Amino acid sequence: MPVTHPVKKYEFPECEGDVLHVNDLHFSYPDGHVALRGVSLRLCEGDKVALVGPNGAGKSTLMLHLNGILGGGGEIEIGGLRLSPDRLPAIRAMVGLVFQNPDDQLFSPTVFEDVAFGPLHMGLPEDEVRARVDSALEAVRMSAYKERLSHHLSVGEKKRIAIATVLSMNPKLLVLDEPSAGLDPRARRTLIHLLRDLPITMLVSTHDMRLVQELFPRTIVMDDGQIVADGLTMDILEDEKLLEAHGLEKG
Amino acid sequence: MLYSPAPLHIPDGFLNLVISLLFWVITAATVGVAVSKTNKSLGEKQVPLMGIMAAFIFAAQMLNFPVMGGTSGHFLGGVLAAIVLGPWASVLVMTAVIALQGLLFQDGGLLAMGANIFNMGLLTAMIGYGLYRSVLSQSKGIRLAVAGGAAWLAVVAAALMTSLQLWLSGAAQLQIVIPAMLGVHVLIGIGEAIVTVAALAFIEQTRPDLLGQKATAEKGGGGWVVAGVIVSLLAVLLSPLASADPDGLERVAEDMGFLQLGQSAPYQILPDYTIPFLGETALSTIVAGTVGALVLLGLMIVLGNMLKRKSNQS
Amino acid sequence: MHAEIFDRFHEAESRLHRLDPRVKVVVTVLFILSNALLPDGAWAAFGLSWLVLLGWNALSRLGVDFTFRRSFVALPFALAAVSAIFSPIGKPLADWSLGPLVLIPTDYGVIKFVSILLRSWISVQAAILLVAVTRFPDMIHAFEHLRVPGVLTTIVAFLYRYLFVLTDEVMRLLRARDSRSAAEPGRRSGRNVVWRACVAGNMAGQLFLRSYERSDRIYNAMLARGYDGHLRTLNPHVLHPSDWAYGAAAIFILILLQLVGRF
Repeated sequence: MPVTHPVKKYEFPECEGDVLHVNDLHFSYPDGHVALRGVSLRLCEGDKVALVGPNGAGKSTLMLHLNGILGGGGEIEIGGLRLSPDRLPAIRAMVGLVFQNPDDQLFSPTVFEDVAFGPLHMGLPEDEVRARVDSALEAVRMSAYKERLSHHLSVGEKKRIAIATVLSMNPKLLVLDEPSAGLDPRARRTLIHLLRDLPITMLVSTHDMRLVQELFPRTIVMDDGQIVADGLTMDILEDEKLLEAHGLEKG
Repeated sequence: MLYSPAPLHIPDGFLNLVISLLFWVITAATVGVAVSKTNKSLGEKQVPLMGIMAAFIFAAQMLNFPVMGGTSGHFLGGVLAAIVLGPWASVLVMTAVIALQGLLFQDGGLLAMGANIFNMGLLTAMIGYGLYRSVLSQSKGIRLAVAGGAAWLAVVAAALMTSLQLWLSGAAQLQIVIPAMLGVHVLIGIGEAIVTVAALAFIEQTRPDLLGQKATAEKGGGGWVVAGVIVSLLAVLLSPLASADPDGLERVAEDMGFLQLGQSAPYQILPDYTIPFLGETALSTIVAGTVGALVLLGLMIVLGNMLKRKSNQS
Repeated sequence: MHAEIFDRFHEAESRLHRLDPRVKVVVTVLFILSNALLPDGAWAAFGLSWLVLLGWNALSRLGVDFTFRRSFVALPFALAAVSAIFSPIGKPLADWSLGPLVLIPTDYGVIKFVSILLRSWISVQAAILLVAVTRFPDMIHAFEHLRVPGVLTTIVAFLYRYLFVLTDEVMRLLRARDSRSAAEPGRRSGRNVVWRACVAGNMAGQLFLRSYERSDRIYNAMLARGYDGHLRTLNPHVLHPSDWAYGAAAIFILILLQLVGRF
């Protein structure tokens, strides 16, 4: 007897003041490679969205657009603020981008200095910087590591510190690139709990479909510079044709 | 944006032949010694290390920091390399970096490469390592301060040397080029000093074994201290003199025969740049030029062979 | 990712591409040497020198204006030679006073300045053409054959290999820094220039350590494949008679150039 799943129609939440609004984004690299061909998406307050797709689909390129590191054709609005070159510093305070390789994120000698970089650059007074560093480290459960040297941490610890370095800036939107890549099962589990508990809107690119299943109600599938599906994770993971067509496997 | 030329790389065409060759000879000789030292004292492990370190210096030169009004400072890295790798290895590393920049990116000329390596590789090794080694036994604070001072001085000395080479080649007037070059590089040097000190402090904090007293002293002899102090003194004394009294410097150079060497060269490698028995004809000039070029080529080949043999022996 | 920015080689099917790299290196150096030997104001010879270059451009099948379009890299340095205009030798052309400074451009100075620019401009194009028609590893081989010490060529070979890896690393570091270089409305951001330079210093230190540790891993990988301190390379380059002929023809042309320059 076939098992029937309850059919849920996913509707884009109609929310006032979208956290992220991307409209018809296009981008080609200088060598002519077209990375984005008309990407549009919206995120609402509290959304936790997975971004999946094969290597070279344009996920990282899209993420680099969200805080203006790359700039292509199209419109991006963060928290109602239109992204433009003169607003970059303000936009970067709202979008916390965490890179795939935590070594890129951690360029200061100690954990404290790295987590303090963002707030210090924003020109916050010293006691507020300290308070923010403490609460960011608290949030990733790494308070004991404040005076440690980043160089000597394990990969899992580095990943958590890398997240703390943007949490200390109090971002509206957290953008993570492959957070679970290269982690052992325990470090991965810790990370999953951490992401689940963080009360921030987040967009997370990953190949880890079990992570997607466990953590994100909504999934966006990208391939060849376009969004090919955007809906409830449970629906997308059941659509074997879709997964197969874009080189994905259910976890 | 990705790769912006540093202001000290002299392109071809600016230095005349005599100055170019003079500095090529000095540089080739020093690099030759560095090659044989490297073969003798440093293990086989050093070759990949120096290659990666050269790539590090090249990449680190892309590290910029916003200064003001959209301009940004760049890191040159010569003194850092000299302190961490030791003088001989840093000479080779800087030579490789400058050679690649000249060959692949035309950042600095081929004929002018001898001068460029001298300015940015040899001077920095002497000033950087020499001064740092002289305070090895002091506290961390003093060592870092000296390293910063050396980084600043190395940039200023390279700028001074570049100006002098341009002037001796007749490509610049001393009264203008010295204040202009020194003025800019006195400021650039400050950025270089801060970056160097921060980088060294970072390394000292994470891998103190690389910068230990013993590790550093093993990399080069006490002679470097003498060379470093002398070159530093010369740079410190010559810079204000050259900016305050360029005419004085010009007179001294004239008395010592340097100026004629530069201003009218290369026609004086051979008397009047002609071969006497051929008379003052175009043919004679050509022959003279060819002879000069061949002599040079021969010198380079002999030197190269010598180095090759040396490196095969050890 | 930045390969196309750093790789200056341009694929094409031409005799110049196939020419032995040694001949190309030597002829390029001699060409630059020849430019340095041309006296100031030898306009005809400079013109011919440029024509020779155009000829080589055509021979490379990369387009006659190939090097011209890329030849402005040395331009900023021309500033350093501007002062040559005010040479004390020669006939004064004007009298400009800027505050306490009196600048007198002379005919000798102007000729000198223009000659320097021409020499530099033509020489840099020759160097551009050299890397456009020679793969860099071939060029390193050429230097090995020309008796440059093996340690040095090996260092350059490693440098070239890891250039791409480390510059990518720097780009990612810079991106990560810029991503967090934020500002709050109404607050001055970026603290001060000393702090920013210190951050760059930390990044340099970080990069240094990673490079250092990477070289350890590379060395181990080399040992695992039998490295004993000597890099062995096959020397695939053989000088054919036609390579000699091309080299000789180029040198003959350079001698003609010098002749023209002195009449």
